[in-house]
Amino acid sequence: MGSRASRLLREEEIEEIKKETGFSHSQITRLYSRFTSLDKGENGTLSREDFQRIPELAINPLGDRIINAFFPEGEDQVNFRGFMRTLAHFRPIEDNEKNKNPSATEPLNSRTNKLLFAFRLYDLDRDDKISRDELLQVLRMMVGVNISDEQLGSIADRTIQEADTNGDSCISFNEFIKASFVVNIHICTVVLVLVNI
Amino acid sequence: MILMTPFTWAVHNLLCRCLSIPISAWFTLLCLFIIVPAVLRGSFSIRSLYLRTLLKIFEWANLQMKMRAKEKNQQLYKTYTNGIIAKESPASLRQEIRGSASCLCSDHEFDMADIFYFCRSGVESIVDDEVTKRFSAQELESWNLLTRSNYNFHHINMRLTLLWGLGLLTRYGILLPLRVTLAVTGISLFLFFTTLVGFLPNAASYLSEKVHMMGYRMCVSSLTAIITYHNRENKPKNGAICVANHTTPIDVIILASDRCYSLVGQMHRGLLGMIQSGMVKSSPHIWFDRSEVKDRHLVAKRLSDHVADKTKQPILIFPEGTCINNTSVMMFKKGSFEIGCTIYPVAIKYDPRFGDAFWNSSKCGLVWYLLSMMSSWAIVCSVWYLPPMDREEGEDAVQFANRVKATIAAQGGLVDLIWDGGLKRSKVNDAFKEELQKLYSKVLVGDHEDESERMEI
Repeated sequence: MGSRASRLLREEEIEEIKKETGFSHSQITRLYSRFTSLDKGENGTLSREDFQRIPELAINPLGDRIINAFFPEGEDQVNFRGFMRTLAHFRPIEDNEKNKNPSATEPLNSRTNKLLFAFRLYDLDRDDKISRDELLQVLRMMVGVNISDEQLGSIADRTIQEADTNGDSCISFNEFIKASFVVNIHICTVVLVLVNI
Repeated sequence: MILMTPFTWAVHNLLCRCLSIPISAWFTLLCLFIIVPAVLRGSFSIRSLYLRTLLKIFEWANLQMKMRAKEKNQQLYKTYTNGIIAKESPASLRQEIRGSASCLCSDHEFDMADIFYFCRSGVESIVDDEVTKRFSAQELESWNLLTRSNYNFHHINMRLTLLWGLGLLTRYGILLPLRVTLAVTGISLFLFFTTLVGFLPNAASYLSEKVHMMGYRMCVSSLTAIITYHNRENKPKNGAICVANHTTPIDVIILASDRCYSLVGQMHRGLLGMIQSGMVKSSPHIWFDRSEVKDRHLVAKRLSDHVADKTKQPILIFPEGTCINNTSVMMFKKGSFEIGCTIYPVAIKYDPRFGDAFWNSSKCGLVWYLLSMMSSWAIVCSVWYLPPMDREEGEDAVQFANRVKATIAAQGGLVDLIWDGGLKRSKVNDAFKEELQKLYSKVLVGDHEDESERMEI
């Protein structure tokens, strides 16, 4: 018969996750139920194959990069805490959070942290710079075979030219934040809104 | 006997009397359950009383859990049938990526922020996607006192545990043995009679039909399946194909207890193989050898030959190809829609409150599944016979299949998905990813298509 949720989430764990990520109690239990349904091996952690089993994620051009973002450096398994920590980046920014204790550490879903998440999708080698090659890689993933190398190259060059202010032909995180296009986007595109649970 | 002392004689007597009571009671109950369903086939009063009592008990249980949750200042786990992500109405890819009108004036072909869209839709699919949740049993709105459906209902107190224990005893002590006996009797009788009818010269089709129906009806009662048939005037006629959504092997029993169909499938070994050979002796079913199944043309030929003969029973096909959990209808394979005959769609919807009928073949085998079916409260379902459909002018098999699928989904209140049920076991086709990449390329350079072609040359 097999029961789901082979391991129940303890109250203390829920409280800790609540403090760290800002999700509500019922949101955490809901997401835990999702975590266990993805965990086919029932060992409390998710592997890359568990994510790739989701068809809508497998057809996403940036699917592999997004999956990578869930796994800490060099590890192959992610537990529920890590899962929630990454999802927390996508929580909507609430107004009352901005006025809270200014000396406290920045919440995971702050604007800066959201942009850092996106920056890391480009910056594969984590050297805090997006090089021309890294930009080309992401572009190639997004367009597939539909655009020629020369055209893609010129798009990449143009993008770096506009964003690079210190002339090192790489885009640092600060340049990324200040670049005009990033300022213009609606930051709400990096947010997923859960139904009122 | 003569050597037995009066004491042992008395004990012996008492033992016989004690044993005979339960045995005779058992047989009475058995006869009651065989005769009553056969005779009172139209009368649902006892069954509906049973169902209503169960529903009242479930409501009470739910209330208990809600009260307990309130004491702890928490909320009871809720199910969201439409998913947990608040989605706005879908816009074109360009609008989604570049945001609303204020950003459309951007001169850049490429925007580094374009990846935000892919990023967010990726994370949305991690949190809740349309496909993977169709391959496991549906979540219930409130607990129905079965351990197997207790996913997240934690607030259970003593009274509820006692009630659950009582339910357990009833289901495993009374309902399950009765149902198993019924099933075994039914199958043995069926095998016996089909062999008998098979021996008759020019196997009287009337007799064989009666025997088949008897077999299916006994199986239906052995599962306590309470079926409501709607629109019986649209019942499939001879020389056509009947298609339905697939949730469980029991679908066949449910449909075949109302009229006889020719089944299509692989020839199995063992008990199932015996039953299959028995069925073929008295009625024209289409069983394939494992090797023949791969040959699509052979399959199509046999199907069209059968359909061309207007005296033969309609063929029953499940175009999804695999069991889905009855919340949605997945892609219909076009094979049966290419043959060119009339299609009779049928929608089957189970009520999961009394027992979830979905067979998760990766979790348990057939025998285990049948046992858990027989230890549920009941299998309640509705069957809608839909008006026949024909392929229209200029419509190809795939479009026809999608049209039929949409009709079935609309009638049964199921979600109409384009995803393939085969994704349960296999990886998704890369063609979908290539489609998305093509769409994005159009957003990037769509207006400069001529320019890029000139550049190539």
